[in-house]
Amino acid sequence: MIATTSKLFVRPMMFLAAIAAALSLAGCGVNTIPTREQQAKAAWSEVLNQYKRRSDLIPNLVETVKGFADQEKSVLTEVTKAREQTTNVQLPADILTNPDAMKKFQDAQATLSGALGRLMAVVERYPDIKSGQNFLALQSELAGTENRIAIARRDYISAVQAYNTEINTFPGRLWKMALYPQAKDMATFDISPEEQKVPKVDFSKP
Amino acid sequence: MLGASNAARFSTPRSEVQTLLRFFAFFLAFICVVIGGVAKADPAYPELQGRITDEAGLLTPAEKTDIAADLASLEQTSTDQIAVVTVKSLQGYSIEDYGIGLARKWGIGQKGKDNGILLIVAPNDRKVRIEVGRRLEPFMTDTMSALIIQNAILPKFRRGDYAGGIKDGVRDIKTVLLGDAEAVKRRAGGPRTPENDPTVIIHIILFLLIFAFIIWINYRNAQAMRAGGPGGPRRRGGVVVIPGGSSDWGGGGWSSGSSDSGGGGWSGGGGDFGGGGASGSW
Repeated sequence: MIATTSKLFVRPMMFLAAIAAALSLAGCGVNTIPTREQQAKAAWSEVLNQYKRRSDLIPNLVETVKGFADQEKSVLTEVTKAREQTTNVQLPADILTNPDAMKKFQDAQATLSGALGRLMAVVERYPDIKSGQNFLALQSELAGTENRIAIARRDYISAVQAYNTEINTFPGRLWKMALYPQAKDMATFDISPEEQKVPKVDFSKP
Repeated sequence: MLGASNAARFSTPRSEVQTLLRFFAFFLAFICVVIGGVAKADPAYPELQGRITDEAGLLTPAEKTDIAADLASLEQTSTDQIAVVTVKSLQGYSIEDYGIGLARKWGIGQKGKDNGILLIVAPNDRKVRIEVGRRLEPFMTDTMSALIIQNAILPKFRRGDYAGGIKDGVRDIKTVLLGDAEAVKRRAGGPRTPENDPTVIIHIILFLLIFAFIIWINYRNAQAMRAGGPGGPRRRGGVVVIPGGSSDWGGGGWSSGSSDSGGGGWSGGGGDFGGGGASGSW
């Protein structure tokens, strides 16, 4: 009789204890590393997403400009080429923990940014294009996309910073040793000098 | 033990100097922390004062009440939140950087629906921006934002008619958001319906656990009573658990309604922004 009572008592108690343990462990950071990792990955997807968006806008833009400014072929081909380059860059699966691949990706995107900036500067000389409804729409979309890219990159950098700090500082280090030995520092964007020099196009000018 | 060694050190003059130095180092560290805390990189954003935060003083109280009422009625139809802010200075930041920081700080829009719009006017920097919440981006596109700025807001701003420009801008934003009745309804329903709210699963699990616990207690009681027999000590007892209704279904924590014209009482629901929108200058 005693045996049945204790069995009846012990098993649910163990179950409850397991739940309590899970909850209290979650409170002291056992989940922080995977959580931060997922956040950083999500932020990275957003970066890719916004770059993709820019890439998708370019054919329309080129089409719009081409009709008006045939003599500006060189800038147009530069943009088209730079876009091709960005789509040709292979993204390895481990790009986040692979600084070299990250740098390659970044360089391609930076080249495209530069080419786009030059194109928009050239367009300033053509009032016909500038005032066209189609171009205005494209211009605002492009400006918005550049802004989104900047924000997505900033968000990614802070997500990676949080993740890297977590796996390199005290409680996180222990969890990493114990449970997540595969966790590695992620790469952020290091903003190269030539990228900082990218001509800033003021789209907001009326 | 530590006290004893300290006392021993105090007896020689050298260690007194050391203690002093240590004190000095602590003091320096403290100063560093304080200064580091003050010298943060973020600009000083104005406090949210309601749907209209008029730091630069461009609107009269009557105009404020007017626009706020307009915005309140929009929120009641579609739950979209629009906030208008005029700032004295962008503090050297670009309006895009300033705008995203402010929008995220205030969290305009409902959490999970990200349906906030912030209209920022910086008259001294001659800049204006419409900052669009993530999930409004397909409706309030960058092109649309740019059109509103160029056609409704800037012409009036150029003539110095700030109130008129803001009013027309708000009117046009509202028109866009209400443009497609069907879409507005869908968005008002939003993704936070109970069917796909992740917290629902937790609620269900909790409920099942509590239910199982009650059943188990009852079962144990029954066993104890049977074991005790009719003549034995009747052990009765148990736990009565009344599962409380969790009250966070609607979520968000925003307060809507009519009492917000004077500021206060209204706040953003925690909507997120991703940089959508457009800027203009005059």
